[in-house]
Amino acid sequence: MSMTTETTTQYRVIGTRPVRHDGVDKVTGRAAYGADIQLPGMLYGKILRSPHAHARIKAIRTAKALALDGVKAVVTTADLPDPRGKSANLGELGEVPLEDLSRNVLASGKVFYQGHAVAAVAASSAHLAEEALDLIEVDYEVLPPVLDVLQAMRPDAVLLHEDLHTSEFGKKSNEPSNIASHQTFQRGDIQKGFAAADLVLEREYRSATVHQGYIEPHAATALWNEDGQVTLWCCTQGAFTMRTSVHQILGIPVSKLKVIPTEIGGGFGGKIPAYGEPVAALLSHKAKRPVKVVMDRTEVFLGTGPTSGSYVKLKMGVTRGGRIVAAQAMLAYEAGGFPGSIVGAGGLCLLAPYNVENYSIEMYDVVVNKPKTAAYRAPGAPNSEFATEAMIDEFCEQLKMDPLEFRLKNAAKEGDPQANGVLYPRIGCIETLEAARNSSHYRSPLAAPHRGRGVASGYWMNAGLTSSVVARLNSDGTVTLGEGSPDIGGTRTSVAMQLAESLGIRAEDVLPSVLDTESVGYTEVTGGSRVTFATGYAAYEAGQSLRRQLIEQVGKMWKVEPDQVSFSEGVFCDRKDSGRTIDLAEVAGTLAHRGVDIGARITVTPQKVGGAFGTHIVDVEVDPETGKVTILRYTAVQDVGKAIHPSYVEGQMQGGVVQGIGWALNEEYVYNDEGKMLNASFLDYRMPTSLDLPMIETIIVEVPNPGHPYGVRGAGEVPIVPPLAAVANAIARAVSVRLYELPMSPSRVVKAIQART
Amino acid sequence: MPTKVRVSATINREPVDFLCEPRQSLLEVLRDVQKLTGTKEGCNNGNCGACSVILNGRLVNACIVLGVEAEGAVLETIEGVMGSNGLHPLQTAFLENAALQCGICTPGFIMAAKALLERNPRATEGEIRHWCAGNLCRCTGYDKIVRAILDAGQRLEVRPS
Repeated sequence: MSMTTETTTQYRVIGTRPVRHDGVDKVTGRAAYGADIQLPGMLYGKILRSPHAHARIKAIRTAKALALDGVKAVVTTADLPDPRGKSANLGELGEVPLEDLSRNVLASGKVFYQGHAVAAVAASSAHLAEEALDLIEVDYEVLPPVLDVLQAMRPDAVLLHEDLHTSEFGKKSNEPSNIASHQTFQRGDIQKGFAAADLVLEREYRSATVHQGYIEPHAATALWNEDGQVTLWCCTQGAFTMRTSVHQILGIPVSKLKVIPTEIGGGFGGKIPAYGEPVAALLSHKAKRPVKVVMDRTEVFLGTGPTSGSYVKLKMGVTRGGRIVAAQAMLAYEAGGFPGSIVGAGGLCLLAPYNVENYSIEMYDVVVNKPKTAAYRAPGAPNSEFATEAMIDEFCEQLKMDPLEFRLKNAAKEGDPQANGVLYPRIGCIETLEAARNSSHYRSPLAAPHRGRGVASGYWMNAGLTSSVVARLNSDGTVTLGEGSPDIGGTRTSVAMQLAESLGIRAEDVLPSVLDTESVGYTEVTGGSRVTFATGYAAYEAGQSLRRQLIEQVGKMWKVEPDQVSFSEGVFCDRKDSGRTIDLAEVAGTLAHRGVDIGARITVTPQKVGGAFGTHIVDVEVDPETGKVTILRYTAVQDVGKAIHPSYVEGQMQGGVVQGIGWALNEEYVYNDEGKMLNASFLDYRMPTSLDLPMIETIIVEVPNPGHPYGVRGAGEVPIVPPLAAVANAIARAVSVRLYELPMSPSRVVKAIQART
Repeated sequence: MPTKVRVSATINREPVDFLCEPRQSLLEVLRDVQKLTGTKEGCNNGNCGACSVILNGRLVNACIVLGVEAEGAVLETIEGVMGSNGLHPLQTAFLENAALQCGICTPGFIMAAKALLERNPRATEGEIRHWCAGNLCRCTGYDKIVRAILDAGQRLEVRPS
């Protein structure tokens, strides 16, 4: 179902649902993903990982492993250049100390989490490489692990990094600390705000460490040639960001490294950092053969970035009329073994759907002995907005107010300030809430024992950043389109459709592909819901350029001024002589024979990014005996600006919802006291299956983003934000218990029901 | 180096002989020996279904079958689903229903769905959700996959292949 709010423009391509261009390869098994790369003479690399959560490395002895027949190379951190004092610009992730990147790829001196890579082997088979790992001897001095974010913040806590000082308001603390940074957002006067409140609540919310859970494990194949040229095939969300990380970690010039992105089997933010990629290159350098490093599932859980477990303390005050007058929050996010959680985004999104005049938000980035966290779909936002949205539901219950009415009373609109002070441009928060209120789901009755309906909203700011495309007209009038953005969910098509619309041809007549770092301009990662927005913007510009060039060429052929030539539906017309026409294929063939190359190279960095709001409605049934929560019905309402390919927009919404449901109900890293993860498999880390879910209904709201030629905002991330609180609120309505800690697993729900008085 | 065993089997209607180590899984044999990389590895311990193949008419996870167990077996992988008439109705239904995003789980889902629809092309939504519970997808939320399988069932009833 789709609701158009403002769009009146008629499109020929946009809004249709063509079969995706890479579809046949993907339903026949022909598409080549990370682990599918096979090169002549290729070796298999495996990585030795720390069994301890926190330990000093006293010695690493590799001689026995090297002596094993079939082993061609062993590497440790000693094979990497000294990273100290340098930094790497990772675009969306900002400026990151190279030392942290390098030490996370291969530990030096200390291991900071169970699964931290310590050494690696290349051998003629994967089994042999695993045997060789057993022959590497590492002496560890085991240290006490720091697992809880609040404990890690205490002044007497065991330190992970003796040289880490808190970065606070532009200064560094004198004493070392596990708190990497402390920032604040403030507006108005919270004392005054709380004084005006009729009702004040204060709660603590916790969420567990959860993983992105992409089905394809990380895979990288590298060939370090004798001329020093390195080629890297990998399933990354950003070939250019990977190139930056790897060339800096290896200390080789950027021009010596070519990154070829393979198909990618899911990422959700987790396939941005480098893990096995530089290791594969190092092994190839030593072994003088291509080396493939593929993780297994346990390595993915232990050795790659999940998202932060978090603690949020929230106090809010509202008037009897349902107006939020003050908010005070403290957010502490786990960064994992190295600094850099996404707590800032958590703070920015905490109150984003509402116009709150008085607030103070304190944000702490804290290192703990868990894997270095990575981005995960709307990184940081689900953790914090869970708190806000759950508390709003408590207010609504106490005030006996409809939860959508409450949100509408407080909804953010154009011109309201965001937490960082920037004023909102045109946004669709109110339209989304209204669409939820008018939905058949919200209007349907739900009255049965142990059943409840929850609603929650969410916001994600989305990203712009740099994207590039190259386009060339083929001699039959089709257009070959090369994109710098790895395609994780059908973006070849959503980008190609924008070129098709812009130029005036059919979607099927654009032939899109994803290019390597030598074949297209710089392009930031596939993340931040930015590909259809920014890469699509580049494709729009490419279409406009091709159109101008073609009209000019037809003008030359007809010996008329270009503005006398029109082009529509594949046919050029002479505006002054309606009988004179020529179709695109004929023009393209003629130009090709004359040696005229019609093409465009476009790089854009669009600034006017459109943030996205979603409101979700969920009906659950809770089994009071077992605590099992069944999702009966789910509706996601979202402002996407403009849906280029509605099927894939719906798909993003549905997929985000289900990841959110998993986060709400089941998923968590379970640790023992030693900091060892007890459930590093898909059996025990319980992601939702088809049997756990109903169909996920979607309502697309379209409030166009004025910063994009077709109004695109970006759709991928915000749908993971509302489910956490929506499900919690539904449980509260069903069985009158509020859970403040995620996941709301059956055992926690049962305990809460039993404790109910 | 362990001794390799010679195995004879039928893969996608072609007779094949291959050598494999006794410790190699069927998944490794398919991917690394036969170069049939359409069958994917997601977990290597039978929990995600990305490596679903049909072995003697039964749906199995190739990662928890040994290569040597394929001796004399008839195997069907994603590479064998397309017939001489082009795409299988399941493949068409997945494309037209936008039932894939990243696509890594797609071969496994198509094999699982094929095994189901060959038994029961009229499988209901509930039966599909139950049957496919061994196949994980992290992108789609399953909605469009279930719809594609329902759609394919209807196509197969109209035009049995």
